[in-house]
Amino acid sequence: MKILVCISKTPDTTAKIAFTDNNRKFVTEGVQWILNPYDEWYALVRAIEIKEKDPSVVIHLVTVGGPDCDPVIRKALALGGDEAIRINTEPGDSFYVANQIASIAKPGGYDLILTGKETIDYNGASVGGMLAAILDLPFISLAAKLELTGDIATLVREIEGGEETVEVKLPLVVGCQKGMAEQRIPNMKGIMGARSKPLKIVEPVTSDSLTEIVSFELPAAKKGVRLVPADNPEELIKLLHDEAKVI
Amino acid sequence: MARRIEKAKFNKADSLVVLKNSLSNISNFQVMSVLVFIDHSDGQIKKTSLEALSYGAALGKQLAVPAEGVLLGSVKEDLSSLGKYGVQKIHQINQESLNQLDAEQYIRIIATLAESGGASVIILSHTNTGRAIAPGLSARLKAGLVTGATELPHTTDGFIVKKNVFSGKAFCTVSIKTPIKIISLNPNVFPVITGTGTAEVIQENITLVPSVVSIKSVSKASGEIPLTEAEIVVSGGRGMKGPENWGPIEELAKLLHAATACSRPVADAGWRPHHEHVGQTGIAIAPNLYIAVGISGAIQHLAGVNRSKVIVVINKDPEAPFFKSADYGIVGDAFEVLPKLIQEVKKLKGLA
Repeated sequence: MKILVCISKTPDTTAKIAFTDNNRKFVTEGVQWILNPYDEWYALVRAIEIKEKDPSVVIHLVTVGGPDCDPVIRKALALGGDEAIRINTEPGDSFYVANQIASIAKPGGYDLILTGKETIDYNGASVGGMLAAILDLPFISLAAKLELTGDIATLVREIEGGEETVEVKLPLVVGCQKGMAEQRIPNMKGIMGARSKPLKIVEPVTSDSLTEIVSFELPAAKKGVRLVPADNPEELIKLLHDEAKVI
Repeated sequence: MARRIEKAKFNKADSLVVLKNSLSNISNFQVMSVLVFIDHSDGQIKKTSLEALSYGAALGKQLAVPAEGVLLGSVKEDLSSLGKYGVQKIHQINQESLNQLDAEQYIRIIATLAESGGASVIILSHTNTGRAIAPGLSARLKAGLVTGATELPHTTDGFIVKKNVFSGKAFCTVSIKTPIKIISLNPNVFPVITGTGTAEVIQENITLVPSVVSIKSVSKASGEIPLTEAEIVVSGGRGMKGPENWGPIEELAKLLHAATACSRPVADAGWRPHHEHVGQTGIAIAPNLYIAVGISGAIQHLAGVNRSKVIVVINKDPEAPFFKSADYGIVGDAFEVLPKLIQEVKKLKGLA
């Protein structure tokens, strides 16, 4: 069994968000880059759990980006990927990224392709679904559980107002979220071993981007909190009713 | 404009040939339209879809093209009444199996209708259903997609859509460059606009292909208000000290017709179910009112709630960072403040 885990680097969850170049560029100076939490905690760790049950499983990692992605790729290898592929190009939009990953996934013969439900920077939540459509595979979005029995995957996914359990024959693409697995810390053996695991760098295929970012903007600053004395909640209810008009 | 119409006509003829076997008796859309996907659950149209219909109708007006809706499966409501949200036609594929989400099937049907009808813009909601189908639809139609849109596009020069990025910490504007454009609209950012009007309901006959995903069981929390749809959310953090103390949070939520939520440590400790966890790695919400009780306001928590229109923070620590992002606040002990608040809400609602 071969599993492909799609990973992406994102700014750390506490990174300061600022823009430059007339609000066209995200300021990367001083930003700590991490593995996108949904890719790491849920997609990758679930793949590792599957491999722990069946050591014949092979886990490949794929990312789209420049050499600045290599530290997060090494971290993913330290956690437990077997080998990584970096498609050496600046990621365009989701469709561009999905086409790049498809160029690896198609000849790779993967039984299972796992992605995080979205990245915490662009929040597109699109690459997994697009990849599935390009590869003509089923896509299970917002999956919180994944079990394999032979070539049948049983998944629990979030739907409107609840969840449903579905069965799908492999191969398929899964968007992973909370519930799928728990965050892990790489151990020393993993970190040492990651250095000698293969990281293949491949050139991109030709693909269009269907969309293009024009500019960024920060939300308007809050006016500042209006404090109400603890012994006068009546005042708060009045403000919410008469001023904010939300109750 | 003339060239774009030519293009749409070409697409129509082209796709009809391809679809001859899977599609019969497809009705004529008008050339160029805004097509809105209408989601439903338990026979009820989702509120997010009423927002999407209103948004699609407003966009149709802006582009001077008709807005139409597509509903897969069936609902209790008379579909012609959806005209009051500003759409001229509703296309219905009334097959029982479509009442449950089947992403591949939905994508195929919407793509077929959009191509044959010359839809230039497709609108969905950025909900669990929208997330399951919008990306596949985009790849299939090679139509540029913007997920989580926050307002109507600017269409005077190109087609520019504003969306949230960096988990609500910023916005960006995105230009869609393809002839067909897809937008998934964030819940609770666009009002439901009700006017008068009746929509023409058109029954479409589409042959379904066997589904590759088989649904084994469905569990829906009945009686609870889904977090992402709630207009008011009451949320508790570690300051609540233990799961046994959630009574007042639940009571306040019930009185306000609100959903309940919690911070990550609370979900991780098992005090509350994981589906209540709001924050960067949980659910991102944007209610009209978010009441945070005993939550310090870590940056990861704020990322999930900072799109709320009004934030109220109740915390006994005046230095809690959450106060910086709040509109209203009470510095005080939750166990003393909550019962008084509940009393005041009861008075407001005429219950005390």
